[in-house]
Amino acid sequence: MNDSVSQMIQQVPLNHYIWLSAALFVIGVLGVLYRRNAIVIFMCIELMLNAVNLLMVAFSAWHGTAAGQVFVFFVMAVAAAEVAVGLAILIVIYHNTGSTDINVLNKLKW
Amino acid sequence: MSLYIFYFLAFLAVFSALMVVFSRNPIYSVLYLVITFFSVGGHYLLLSAEFLFAVHIIVYAGAIMVLFLYVIMLMNLNKESEAPKKTLYQFAAVISAGLLMMVVVGAVRGAEQAQIGLGANPALGTVKNLGSMLFNEFLLPFEVVSVLLLAAMVGAVMLGRNPLRTRRQSLKGAAQTRPSHAADVKDAPIENVKQLTNE
Repeated sequence: MNDSVSQMIQQVPLNHYIWLSAALFVIGVLGVLYRRNAIVIFMCIELMLNAVNLLMVAFSAWHGTAAGQVFVFFVMAVAAAEVAVGLAILIVIYHNTGSTDINVLNKLKW
Repeated sequence: MSLYIFYFLAFLAVFSALMVVFSRNPIYSVLYLVITFFSVGGHYLLLSAEFLFAVHIIVYAGAIMVLFLYVIMLMNLNKESEAPKKTLYQFAAVISAGLLMMVVVGAVRGAEQAQIGLGANPALGTVKNLGSMLFNEFLLPFEVVSVLLLAAMVGAVMLGRNPLRTRRQSLKGAAQTRPSHAADVKDAPIENVKQLTNE
């Protein structure tokens, strides 16, 4: 019984998870650099946070401890707080400038 | 079998993440982002983190995506209004992202070859295990997170407040204490109210 269960358990190389997370993270960075719409930039930041979450869950499964999964909770809470405040700021920006283009917000540029 | 599921979910996640970046309409970006979140949630299931899967779907696909959609609809951005960046900047963005990918791959390539047994510890991600961990070792961060969420809520409410209306209301309150101004303030249009507040 135990043998058949362990045969059913398939092994996935840890490297594959690392590569998947790296790809998702880099796509998030690419989106932040590539797009001009502030909402899409926010979405790409969410993408990066998700890549890190996935990596933490993968390492937690590899180590056999649940500490990584608990950390994912905290990352999710921070992401939710960030999105709430960020979208509120975005709405204020839209009321003031009439667009969500980040090139309008160049007052802090020198 | 689960290896094929892994590859399918990985392909789906990467493809829809790319579509988030490269689709012109923000609504499509949000919908592709939902697909990405679901495939990442599938990875959580594959890694036997069931409770995390549930929380992930509820928080991301349920709460955050609805927030994004509401903001896009409130701002009426559901059209392809965004002018693309200059081609030079687009090239620079793609090249720097590719360089970052090269750095990460180069750092990971020398790592040891480890294997994750999918479903090896099914008790790892259960509610019981995570809950006992959250309320024993991680109790202080848990409480701090509640403070953080409260601060975020207060900040969002403060930012989302209409400044003009609150100014007018405070002016009305001031006008009631000063009866000499009350007549011209009560039905004054917004420009007059602005003038009065500037005085």
